Amino acid sequence: MTEQELRLKSVAYRRTILTIIHHAKAGHTGGSLSCIDILNVLYNHVMNVSPENFSDPNRDRYIQSKGHAVEALYTVLADRGFFPAEALYTLSRYQSHFVGHPTRKVPGIEQNTGALGHGLSVAVGLALAAKKDKRPYRVFTLLGDGELTEGSNWEASMSAAHYRLDNLVAIVDRNGLQISGPTEQVMSLESLTDKFTAFGFAVRTCDGNDIGDLLRVFEALPFAPGKPNLILARTVKGKGVSFIENALNWHHKVPSDDELARALAELDEAERLLKVVV
Amino acid sequence: MELGRPNLDEFAATLLELARDNPDILVLTSDSRGSGKLQPFAEQLPDQLIEVGIAEQNLVGIAAGLAAAGKIVFGVSPACFLTARALEQIKNDVGYSDQKVKLVGISAGVSYGALGSTHHSLHDLAALRAINNIDIVVPADNFETREAVRAAVTHPRPLYLRFGKKPMPHLHRPGTPFAIGKAITLAQGSDVTFVAAGEAVAPAVEASELLRAEGVSCGVISMHTVKPLDVETLLNAARRSRALITVEEHSVYGGLGEACASVLLQHGLIRPFCIVGIPDEYTVTGSQMEIFVHYGISGEGLAQRARQLLEVELIQ
Repeated sequence: MTEQELRLKSVAYRRTILTIIHHAKAGHTGGSLSCIDILNVLYNHVMNVSPENFSDPNRDRYIQSKGHAVEALYTVLADRGFFPAEALYTLSRYQSHFVGHPTRKVPGIEQNTGALGHGLSVAVGLALAAKKDKRPYRVFTLLGDGELTEGSNWEASMSAAHYRLDNLVAIVDRNGLQISGPTEQVMSLESLTDKFTAFGFAVRTCDGNDIGDLLRVFEALPFAPGKPNLILARTVKGKGVSFIENALNWHHKVPSDDELARALAELDEAERLLKVVV
Repeated sequence: MELGRPNLDEFAATLLELARDNPDILVLTSDSRGSGKLQPFAEQLPDQLIEVGIAEQNLVGIAAGLAAAGKIVFGVSPACFLTARALEQIKNDVGYSDQKVKLVGISAGVSYGALGSTHHSLHDLAALRAINNIDIVVPADNFETREAVRAAVTHPRPLYLRFGKKPMPHLHRPGTPFAIGKAITLAQGSDVTFVAAGEAVAPAVEASELLRAEGVSCGVISMHTVKPLDVETLLNAARRSRALITVEEHSVYGGLGEACASVLLQHGLIRPFCIVGIPDEYTVTGSQMEIFVHYGISGEGLAQRARQLLEVELIQ
């Protein structure tokens, strides 16, 4: 898929995320919009995983530690054909498998997540198994920045470096906001580059909302032999819709009918501009 | 009763034997290979032992990831830390995610004796019973331990195994059948039946011998699987016996005793009934055996409970 096609996909994904959250009257809007470009590039360009090879032990694995941004994940999985897109409209409905956090009952999902600080350890286990069995798969895990205050992440980081898991790729969705406010006000995280470097990761930063930059950083994997990889992806919470961007109350705010219409109009305009450039 | 070795030693020896023939069997330790008697395993099968350091949450998370990749994973850590520090990982990464990890709580109950309440696990059965999709097995002797570890390898659900470190007497006749979920009836009795688990079974057997010498018809059941409980065996014992006593190395809250009480009451079987375990207090200082005797988990202590219970029943 070309860079331009991926950019157009991101617009379409944003449209779906907002529409299904509006339909369900529940969801994590800001965090889903901040990480969607990362998921787009992972599922459409980087990872060797598809509905056809999902039982292949050599498929790449994806664990979404920031489980609350599940609408982004469901959207991409539907587009990749793991299940019919209509299923997205059962989100949070009575007896639906499409819970507000990922579960393995949804095709394409590897691990139930949602409690924070869990994904990296599970990813370490999967990466360790690949090393033991000399399998070629890679393990990708998406962490929120707010969840980095959970100590379990640092236990997992130590073990990733100790076992030299260069087949492990942790991506931090560094949107800078968590439910109560800016991450640096809630609990200082910086310098994340220094922290992860000190814990033994090979660290790269990128613009996590720029398809081209994401493609370049994933292309550079593995960053260093024998070291786990960490991508510090600078993103904007709520990216793509002017009145949702960097707005604290949109962590899990649901768009009203009017807000949805305005957001979709902005996305239509973004799509039109992308096509003009071509 | 002829004395065997600690269940922990039996566990480690059985696991080593099984892992030699199956390279997919992996052991995770949290600086616990020594206390888990896994030093020989570490020396003989170094590629099958993964050390995570003192980090129980990470141990359980990594175990889930390895299991997701098809490995047969035994996560071994002192029961007190494993089931408290890593409870959220057990709930989500293992149970909810249905990763068939075998969690092994070592030196369980009050095995650490005088090291104190930080090192006691008197909450683990209660905590794990309330978590969906994890079975709980508490073997009583070397035979039950060996069979439980063998069964664990192919067990179709996440599993928690709980072992102590004191040498255990052999309780079972050769050829006794063993299956997870199926209690073993050591003796049937019409006056009183002890329903016990783990290292509390041996004192129940001692008590039954004392009582039998006094002409009391006394049964003993090893309820090694605390979840799912063998309801049928329990109900049959209750139908046979005038009184029931449960015995466990656990808080009297939320463990085997309350599990049995719940089943009996909901089946309308009202019997003189007593839960023997550790009361809701920080335990008295002492060795495991001293703590057992202090709280009446001994042959004489349990026999006395039975006499009292039967006397009450006779008066009624």
